[in-house]
Amino acid sequence: MATLEETGAQAHSTAEGGAGEEGVRRRDFINIAAVSFAGVGVVAVALPLVNQMNPSADVLALASTEVDLSAIKPGQAIKTTYRSQPLFVRHLTPKEIEEADAVDVATLRDPQTLEQRTVGGKKEWLITMGVCTHLGCVPLGAAEGENRGEFGGYFCPCHGSHYDTAARIRKGPAPKNLEVPTYSFTSDTAILVG
Amino acid sequence: MSFPWANEYTPKAPLMQWLDERLPLPRFVYNAVGGGYPVPRNLNYFWNFGVLSGLALVIQLVTGIIMAMHYGANELVAFGSVEHVMRDVNSGWMLRYAHANGASFFFIVVYLHIFRGLFFGSYKAPREMVWLLGLVIFVLMMATAFMGYVLPWGQMSYWGAKVITGLFGAIPVVGEPIQTWLLGGFAPGNAALNRFFSLHYLLPFVIAGVIILHIWALHIPGSSNPTGVEVKGPQDTVPFHPYYTAKDGFGAGIFLIVFAILLFYPPNYMGHPDNYIEANPLSTPAHIVPEWYFWPFYAILRAFTFDFFFVPAKLLGVIAMFASIGLMFFLPWLDTSPVRSGHYRPMFKKFFWILVADVLILGYCGGAPAAEPFVMISQVAAAYYFAHFLIILPLIAMFEKPLPLPGSLTEAVLAKHGEHGAAAVPAE
Repeated sequence: MATLEETGAQAHSTAEGGAGEEGVRRRDFINIAAVSFAGVGVVAVALPLVNQMNPSADVLALASTEVDLSAIKPGQAIKTTYRSQPLFVRHLTPKEIEEADAVDVATLRDPQTLEQRTVGGKKEWLITMGVCTHLGCVPLGAAEGENRGEFGGYFCPCHGSHYDTAARIRKGPAPKNLEVPTYSFTSDTAILVG
Repeated sequence: MSFPWANEYTPKAPLMQWLDERLPLPRFVYNAVGGGYPVPRNLNYFWNFGVLSGLALVIQLVTGIIMAMHYGANELVAFGSVEHVMRDVNSGWMLRYAHANGASFFFIVVYLHIFRGLFFGSYKAPREMVWLLGLVIFVLMMATAFMGYVLPWGQMSYWGAKVITGLFGAIPVVGEPIQTWLLGGFAPGNAALNRFFSLHYLLPFVIAGVIILHIWALHIPGSSNPTGVEVKGPQDTVPFHPYYTAKDGFGAGIFLIVFAILLFYPPNYMGHPDNYIEANPLSTPAHIVPEWYFWPFYAILRAFTFDFFFVPAKLLGVIAMFASIGLMFFLPWLDTSPVRSGHYRPMFKKFFWILVADVLILGYCGGAPAAEPFVMISQVAAAYYFAHFLIILPLIAMFEKPLPLPGSLTEAVLAKHGEHGAAAVPAE
């Protein structure tokens, strides 16, 4: 009610303030005020209607994962899940680390060194999302005997993206390297992702 | 509605007179698809596909509403409930196969309807709005079909949802929040399945609404015809009923026969075996393909394997795919030739068939694995697709010398059928 009285008062003063000459009437002001007020109301109602589609609390609650690394031998990899998406944990061999370090970073589509893509100087532990940065397929190469692509890392069968041993994009349509989630070592053989 | 000589609705039964004075609904139907709508007398069978599209929508609505009575939109039960429809629900197998194949048939008749419009210049003035509304229906159909395919929660459902919502992730800065918002999570899950079901149920009714607008817009200038020459007088038209209800009825019979053959003999012909495996977020099928009706657009999406200046390949592919449909909205203003029908446009006719071949090639590549030579072929075909609309059509309109048009469509009909045709003029 306060708003109505207020706009009424303002409209009154506008009408008195020489509005007659410019053709702005008290009614025009009421029109604009009423429509603006309704507009604010519509936006206020629309926000929760739109926001309800964002991830709910139970979905967000599953946002961290612990992984035990002790059983993964050099050259092996495992697939687990983080935020209900695949997570690749790979124990690189010295040869794979050497291959990754030998690449001139400046020539890469998404320039990053293996050092930057691992944590705490533990270059042998490559932890990435198993989600191709093109359209979200799970690349092959984490399980034994799967196609690892031309660069010995991962290969996405959907649209043919090749990743190298640091899971960096080397060939194909994907724009970015496989995403490295935030994680930390809780001990020498365990990590906490998220 | 469209011509002054249209038959007037004159109800004879007292009940109908009573109703007409209070709610003229029968009058509305009579004027829309009854004896009150005058239609060019020379329509060929390609003009059946509008009505057939409507029939396909009705099949989808009926089978869909019934299946919703047996389906559970929850990631724990969705896959099982579809198998329950297939095995336990009385006649459930038929309803589901009719719904799945019905979607394909809907697209078959709509594609024929669209290419009919492309060849006969149906999109040209004064029918631009008919064309634009038709494209809106087409886009709504694609959204509905995509969301419907997710509901059985099989492997193709899951990965299709992931790939298609991933398209939005390609948009710079806001892409990822949009993708998460669409899915209600970081990957397709219960939230996505539920909202897709809700929207899949809603959109067909939106389509039905836009169809009413489509027909309304059509009835203002009246239907086009194979000569592209506008109706000049009562001798050029026949009433929709009984002439075209009969002709469309015959077409509907053929349509239903072909539909029944597919439904009762190879009902899985157009499906993917992978979708009979329950969704597994940890394993991607070796070869993800959408349903066949998306293949040409999927091929355009995948044709971009290279960055262009600062635009990444992924974004380019997404832009090109949406542009390939968006472009069609500008077609009435890209093709500036005043002659509508391809029959009187010798150059246009050749390029029209090249376009048809091009779209078929794109379709084939879209269904093939992402490897050479298909990538290269789809790049060439995608480039040609855009060139057809943006370069070739405007150029043809400039340089083509059209054949002489008949004085009226009745003249064209009589020239074709001679005296016999003249004798068959209905005494309307």
